[in-house]
Amino acid sequence: MSAYDVVIIGSGPGGYVAAIKAAQLGLKTACIEGRETLGGTCLNVGCIPSKALLNASEKYSDSINKFSKMGIDISTPTLDWTKMLQYKQTMIDQNTQGISFLFKKNKIDWIKGWARIKSKTTIEVNKKIIEAKNIILATGSEPSSFGKIKFDEKKIVSSTGILELKAIPQKLTIVGAGVIGIEMGSVFSRLGSEVTVIEYLDHIIPGFDKEISKTFQRILKRQGLKFIMNSAVKDIKDSKLGLSIEYSTNGNDVTETIESDITLISTGRKAFIKGLGLEDIHIDISNSGKILVNNYWQTNFENIYAIGDVIDGPMLAHKAEDEGIAVAEIIAGQAGHVNYDVIPSVIYSSPEVAAVGKTEESLRNEAIDFKVGKFSFMGNGRAKTSFSSDGFVKILSSTQTDRILGAHIIGPSAGDLIHEICVAMEFGASAEDIARTCHAHPTYSEAIREAALACGDGAIHS
Amino acid sequence: MNDIVVPTLGESVTEATVATWFKKVGDQVSIDEMLCELETDKVAIEVPSAFSGTLVEIIASEGSIVGLNAVLGKISNQVSESSKNDQISSNQNEVTKYQEKKIDVENAPAAKKIMTEHNINERDVTGSGKEGRILKEDVKNFIEDNKLPKNKEPEKPNASEFKGQEFRDSQGQLEEVKRMSRLRQTIAERLKSAQNTAAILTTYNEIDMTEVMAIRQTFKDEFELKHSVKLGFMSFFIKACCHALKEIPEVNAEIRKTDIVYKNFVNMGVAVGTENGLVVPVIRNADELSFASLEIKLNELGHKARNGELTMAEMAGGTFTISNGGVYGSLMSSPILNPPQSGILGMHKIQERPIALSGEIVIRPMMYLALSYDHRIVDGKGAVTFLLRVKEALEDPRRLLMDL
Repeated sequence: MSAYDVVIIGSGPGGYVAAIKAAQLGLKTACIEGRETLGGTCLNVGCIPSKALLNASEKYSDSINKFSKMGIDISTPTLDWTKMLQYKQTMIDQNTQGISFLFKKNKIDWIKGWARIKSKTTIEVNKKIIEAKNIILATGSEPSSFGKIKFDEKKIVSSTGILELKAIPQKLTIVGAGVIGIEMGSVFSRLGSEVTVIEYLDHIIPGFDKEISKTFQRILKRQGLKFIMNSAVKDIKDSKLGLSIEYSTNGNDVTETIESDITLISTGRKAFIKGLGLEDIHIDISNSGKILVNNYWQTNFENIYAIGDVIDGPMLAHKAEDEGIAVAEIIAGQAGHVNYDVIPSVIYSSPEVAAVGKTEESLRNEAIDFKVGKFSFMGNGRAKTSFSSDGFVKILSSTQTDRILGAHIIGPSAGDLIHEICVAMEFGASAEDIARTCHAHPTYSEAIREAALACGDGAIHS
Repeated sequence: MNDIVVPTLGESVTEATVATWFKKVGDQVSIDEMLCELETDKVAIEVPSAFSGTLVEIIASEGSIVGLNAVLGKISNQVSESSKNDQISSNQNEVTKYQEKKIDVENAPAAKKIMTEHNINERDVTGSGKEGRILKEDVKNFIEDNKLPKNKEPEKPNASEFKGQEFRDSQGQLEEVKRMSRLRQTIAERLKSAQNTAAILTTYNEIDMTEVMAIRQTFKDEFELKHSVKLGFMSFFIKACCHALKEIPEVNAEIRKTDIVYKNFVNMGVAVGTENGLVVPVIRNADELSFASLEIKLNELGHKARNGELTMAEMAGGTFTISNGGVYGSLMSSPILNPPQSGILGMHKIQERPIALSGEIVIRPMMYLALSYDHRIVDGKGAVTFLLRVKEALEDPRRLLMDL
């Protein structure tokens, strides 16, 4: 068996995209995946299933809250959780089968099994040796816990377990108000659970612009989510009746408790490098367990690369995809590149939240002069007609040159709208450039244009 | 801290006057860069730096008299802050410098990728996008217009040019891998291309530099006063070469497929060593320029070369090249051709040697000259004659005046 030009370990968004790109560039490619299906965390226990549940729960919630306003009267809709889970599984299957098909189409060999690296050009899978001129490590990440808390994936669940609950919990507590916690909280809150979110910091969705965090939290509260901020969970006790979550607020000694049926621990994820044999061949790992790479995603072996959640940087599927493409290009002799300054972040709640570029806080920290152009969806005709006028678009641009430095959106389809700003930022466009581009009426995108106008002479519709 | 010391001045010469400092305190200097010029009654000697760093002190100022091995100044190993930034910014994709001229914009992502892959400096490309942005089509057009090779050979981007990265080889032993700079890669390709195409031979001769040095000594002050530029050696050599090229035009010609293309002009390439490698800026129509104009042009191009500011246009179109290995102390060497040129003159160190003149042994400041040529169109007689004419013109510069 002759050597592959590139062997990728892991078939998540980073791995499978790298594999397809490499094959398209003419490289002999193989992808090693231990799961029964391709697609990694994203397709199997992450992005796709969660978006399916978010979609289903939102439709359910709309049928209760919005339909009658439009003259559509249906008797109280019923919820068949089992069927909803089947729908979720069907979505997963369609996606993973899609990747299988793409692998066949691009003649990528799918090697089933868990890989172990033996040397810089050999990998062992199921007792067979694979030869590789280049290796890409794309093994991703897994949910992490903290302190004494351990997942049992029945009552104390990670993001994986929460997608497979036997029933909709009456009381659901979420530890960690990050993106995953908020999304899952939204799902079950809409489906009728009493949701409480416990967060260590004083704001939700850390890393996002603070004004976004504040506004978003207000919106979520109005939707029925409860928040316990500045609190650290100490222990979770499991009795026949349910869970008792012990926490303390503001670092003082008093221990409070909250009762819950299910608890989701969504405090973060850690890189997955188990069983790869990295220590044996001396691949450099950071203190936090991530693989160390240079500016070309090379480890300390020039032909072994690493991408995605297993290296530093935002743990996002699209960041992994872009890195996968860049590395495939580099191996094929091209100038692969990732622009880390223009990577959008999206929360698939309702309203959606999306951001790209700098926040107000980071610009102030860097002492960069900026102006703010803000526009509320209350002034957007389309948003009003779909009852989704909660939220706003905020564009930050340079005071000197008007170049767009960052954009933040809470509103309908924020996750899609943000890309207009991403393309603009890739070209160093100014807010005025967006303002002078024709935007169709009536669309949500007009809010972006109005925010851009607000950076200059002022919005028309506010 | 390193001392700059007075070098050997010549037989029985024990002291010299510091004529000119080329660098001032605070300047960044690199190895072999000229620091100052010393004068004795026989020769003017340039003092190259043996170290890289910052000139922190000038001990022997202009006009002072120094003895052998005296300390002229001091160089510290520290790279000064501002020049470190200069180094970094001139080595990086020169986006930052260029954007100071434009409004705060970015070139198209696809354009950036293609430029990186073809070693194209974005300053050389005209952007047709909004506010001068370079679009994908602008780069594609540039590649076609300049007939750049369509597909570069796959290149592994190992580490950076600045700091080598340590990798383990298959035995687990550590190696340091440092990427060749774009400039060095280009130089490497062209050198091999020259060797593989032309039939390169070298012929040698020697010149007695007495007359040239005498002229310099006599006229240098008046020259500098009138023309605001120092009278160096290079202008003499360029003049001598242009003169000889008229008589042996093959040396100034080029082979294009099966044709010999004779040029009715001389675009003189002058090799300049920079920190990043050798570059050869071109003085266009050198045969029409005066001594002063040549010296001015040399200064300008040399300065640009060392700052990494030369454009492609300034390095294109040369018909003949002069390379001076003497600044590094070379006594004799065989230069390699600069394609598609058919000749290159190698200058070397001026060193006092005993020679026989009319039956007597005299000591003269001598320089070995080398002419490497493409034997496909320059025959032995032509090459030897060319070098002889250069020698004659330099040993008696009145020949240049009389066109003999």
